[in-house]
Amino acid sequence: MNQLLKKHPQEIETILAKYPPDQKRASVMPLLHLAQQDNGFISHESMAEIAEIAGVEITEVASVVGFYTLFHAEPGGKIRIQVCTDIACALRGSREYLEGLCTELDIKPGGTTSDGLVTIEEVKCLAACDRAPMFQSQMGDEIEYHENQTVARTMDWLRSMMASMKPPVSDDPVMPRVEGGDHE
Amino acid sequence: MSELFLLRHRQIPGLNQLSTYLESGGFETWKKAVTSLAPEDLVNEVKASGLRGRGGAGFPTGTKWSFLPNTIWPHYVVANADESEPGTFKDREILEFNPFQFLEGLMLASYAVRAHIAYVYLRGEFWQIARKLDERIAELTSNGYLGENLFGRDYSLRIYTHLGAGAYICGEETALLESLEGRLGQPRLRPPFPAVAGLFGLPTVINNVETLANLPIIIGKGAAHFRTQGTEKSPGTKIFSLSGRVKKPGNYELPLGTTFRELIYKHGEGIINDARIKAIMPAGASSALIPATEAALDTPMDYESVVELGCALGSASVIILDETVSASALVSDTIHFFKHESCGKCTPCREGTFWMARVIDRIETGKAREADIDLLAGIARQMQNKCLCALGEFSTVSVLSAIENYRADFEARLEK
Repeated sequence: MNQLLKKHPQEIETILAKYPPDQKRASVMPLLHLAQQDNGFISHESMAEIAEIAGVEITEVASVVGFYTLFHAEPGGKIRIQVCTDIACALRGSREYLEGLCTELDIKPGGTTSDGLVTIEEVKCLAACDRAPMFQSQMGDEIEYHENQTVARTMDWLRSMMASMKPPVSDDPVMPRVEGGDHE
Repeated sequence: MSELFLLRHRQIPGLNQLSTYLESGGFETWKKAVTSLAPEDLVNEVKASGLRGRGGAGFPTGTKWSFLPNTIWPHYVVANADESEPGTFKDREILEFNPFQFLEGLMLASYAVRAHIAYVYLRGEFWQIARKLDERIAELTSNGYLGENLFGRDYSLRIYTHLGAGAYICGEETALLESLEGRLGQPRLRPPFPAVAGLFGLPTVINNVETLANLPIIIGKGAAHFRTQGTEKSPGTKIFSLSGRVKKPGNYELPLGTTFRELIYKHGEGIINDARIKAIMPAGASSALIPATEAALDTPMDYESVVELGCALGSASVIILDETVSASALVSDTIHFFKHESCGKCTPCREGTFWMARVIDRIETGKAREADIDLLAGIARQMQNKCLCALGEFSTVSVLSAIENYRADFEARLEK
């Protein structure tokens, strides 16, 4: 049974209706976006289901997943933080910002915190060059832009997000406190 | 403040609400076109306006439309909202704050080439913008501006959004079409051109968001009115995305032909810490590093004049470098960008960007010798005119101009 089809019959119908009936292959990318909203990544099973719906081979779906950087074949953190360090942003301090953020979270770009909550990625141009440093957060089906950031400001936001995601604990081992000061 | 056309939302609050857009005269042009103009009238008006594509190539829009054969049907129109040239953030502002003007432009373009389906291809990062756009398209459909037999006439139009997923190359129009068809975003061999064999193998017009946003003005107020702004060969206004080492970065809508000096020092309020300006990159990462001489600063920003400085105007994403920036470090950024975004289809780009990255890494880590600078320039020169699409060609532009104008920056990094 095709779980994706079972879970999202309405959305899939809407997606297929966008393209001519003999061009169902065009639905591969929208279907991948749909599947990724459920789990934050695209499993092998989802790829097989999408191949079935779009009438293509699973290897063709897998190659699309591999080509596009926003599709993830592996699970990441619940909050995915994508920091742009491209030319225009780098000229406004985004590299130092990313480094500071990674130090605070004790991970490297591309890594996930040990509690599985936060993944940080370095990405190329997000079309917000005038408000760098900036990052984009991905949580389930929500994508948000965060502009004019400092490390302290981002950490404040992260702490509030994490607090809403899990029951409060007295001593948070993963999210170290920022001891005052400007972390710009 | 001079009158804004593309960024009108800055002067009319709430323009991204349909009611406000309608109050400001929105969709009157659309209604007029469908009820009283022939598609050819629109093509001719846009040709007369001299509008040139705002996505980068600067090709005359009306001429592009007229390439579609009237013997093959259906026709498609695709809006290129893949905005991903580093330093470009103009389409995002239009899509978020002046979306109906963009949609009205897309609708006019569709009518002009008798297309009944139009797609908006947005970069995957614009996921929320796409969702809002879907709502607005539904609103237009329920209000009778989109759908079947519009205004009681024999014309129907539907618009669909389609999201990319993080590939710079998909801004290239044939790669965009591949992506829209559910394949890897890799450019096609041309000919055939999209005007003849485009989306699903059918005649297709692909226009940039900003290009389309100009159409309600041109069709509504006439080509002559449009030509009151800008220069003879580059008419109209243009959104300049100003970024880098300036005090006030942002989008500025100015007549084409405005000087770099006015953009940087009047609108951008000069360089951070009042440092000395070093170079201008007028077309984002695809740009040459143009030394910011007095003559360069006084150059009008239009499609012809900027070319004389040795660089295309492109999408007018103007990145400013000051004396604190090393040309070598900057070129390292552009090379790594293009290496990352190379689609891998053609050998000169796939291998060339890889080897350029190897050499610039050696230079930037202090392990290079003088000959490596020439080696880097040599790789770039060998790639030129051999790549399948413009992306590969663009990857060489900053490298060669930086070595030519700022060789000392590279030499400063050599092995001591």
